Amino acid sequence: MWSFSGISNSIHEWLSQTFNPTLTIIIEMVIAGVAVIGLFAGLGLVLVIMERKVSAWMQIRLGPNRVGPKGMFQSLADTLKLLVKEGLTPTGADKLLFNLAPFIAMIVAMLLMAPIAFAKDFQLWDLNIGVLYVSAISSMMVISILMAGWASNNKYSLMGAMRSGAQIVSYELSAGLSVLSIVVLTGSLRVSDIIQSQADGWWIFKGHIPAVIAFVTFIIAVTAETNRAPFDLAEAESELTAGFHTEYSGMKFALFFLAEYVNVFIVCAIGATLFLGGWMPFHIGHWAGFNHVMDYIPSSLWFFGKTFFLIFVIMWFRWTFPRLRIDQLLNLEWKYLLPISMVNLLLVTAMAILKWHF
Amino acid sequence: MFIVKYIKDVWNAVRSLLKGMRRTGYYFTHHKEIITQQYPDNKDTLHLPERFKGEVVMLHDENNEHLCTGCTACELACPNATIKIITKFDITPDGKKKKAIDKFVYHLELCTMCNLCIIACPTDAIKMAQTFEHSVFDRSELTKILNKPGSKIKEGVE
Ligand code: SF4
Ligand code: SF4
Repeated sequence: MWSFSGISNSIHEWLSQTFNPTLTIIIEMVIAGVAVIGLFAGLGLVLVIMERKVSAWMQIRLGPNRVGPKGMFQSLADTLKLLVKEGLTPTGADKLLFNLAPFIAMIVAMLLMAPIAFAKDFQLWDLNIGVLYVSAISSMMVISILMAGWASNNKYSLMGAMRSGAQIVSYELSAGLSVLSIVVLTGSLRVSDIIQSQADGWWIFKGHIPAVIAFVTFIIAVTAETNRAPFDLAEAESELTAGFHTEYSGMKFALFFLAEYVNVFIVCAIGATLFLGGWMPFHIGHWAGFNHVMDYIPSSLWFFGKTFFLIFVIMWFRWTFPRLRIDQLLNLEWKYLLPISMVNLLLVTAMAILKWHF
Repeated sequence: MFIVKYIKDVWNAVRSLLKGMRRTGYYFTHHKEIITQQYPDNKDTLHLPERFKGEVVMLHDENNEHLCTGCTACELACPNATIKIITKFDITPDGKKKKAIDKFVYHLELCTMCNLCIIACPTDAIKMAQTFEHSVFDRSELTKILNKPGSKIKEGVE
């Protein structure tokens, strides 16, 4: 049967027959890099049109409907517009940092792609501390935002960047704690182990209520971490024009924009991996027949289906809830999410020790 | 009790957020009613709400008569000096002088469509029209004289 792992294996075999091992590795790295960039471009196009359509439908509007069938090529037209626009650098800006910031945002997003399992046996790098790696790298995101805000030499940008610093640093905690609860249940930080442990049911079902609470806090925290409404204080159009990317235009702005969407994809992919089983099909305990039928659906479809479902949920948040004020934002984290996820982690640990989960 | 209140807060927050999500979810799945006006395409069938405010106009009847007495109540009511009433004195048949309107100058570019002038007018001489295509090439075209040339006040309006 056609599968991602089959393709990658045959490419690998062909390369190792033709070239020596070092060259093979180098070529494979290049292929992976190109594939990731291609995936980024594709994701950007798809997610922008999805966001605009979802928002339109939720607000009883039509959304983009002129370019292509039902407006489906709108994001291509937008990309073209951004490409031909002039990328200005303000005179007072710190040129190096200003131009570097969008690329750091992209590089962070690319690094995060490494441990994600897109399909069965299809993963760039299955390192044994995958989950830790993800939380470590994703906290680098704030550096690019702070850099952009500082280098722009603009009050709005700086304000947005400082807010986003406070926000990401605090929400990282509850995101980390809810990720930890799954790590406790699995007993491994390796992404493939975590997926394998869900072969007889996803953690959100196997882990009873604590897993559901962990899932909810995870979704809230990552929404905040990716700076999306209702936590989009770093941008806050109504107060700060565009926050940290006020001064950016053209392709540099597009990179920030793309990085936001790619980050949403990544956090949703991680959420899907940890709580909804990644590429693992929907299995119920020991119903062999049912599980067998589910196995016929390709694993990549399962993965992208779950990820896009979570992306839809995050978009749903964005177009339903009003933006929080900065003090409300920090209250929510320090007074509610953090204590709740700490107690929850304790419960999960007790559950794991007493083997209460299925 | 602190802990009870805490749990209650969380519970209420979750409930009201879910309520909001149910509403938007309903709109998402029931994609029938659309509020988007596809403007230049639907020019012929465009339906504006009754209370839509486009610009201030003065009503004239078929004899080119209006109801404005020149009392300047609208000018005083306007928060941003959009209206300027220039009055003159008419000589009535029995030789008395009577205050009347010469020009009702209306600066559309300053108007915020707040409706206060309409409320202030004691004789209902002006009202809000539903026109909204106000773009012009020269800003001076936005300064309008609302009373038509040769118009006069209707008999019996004081
Ligand atoms: S609508 Fe308001 S702003 Fe416009 S003329 Fe009347 S009072 Fe002035
Ligand atoms: S429009 Fe009405 S309020 Fe204004 S001057 Fe005329 S009568 Fe007075």
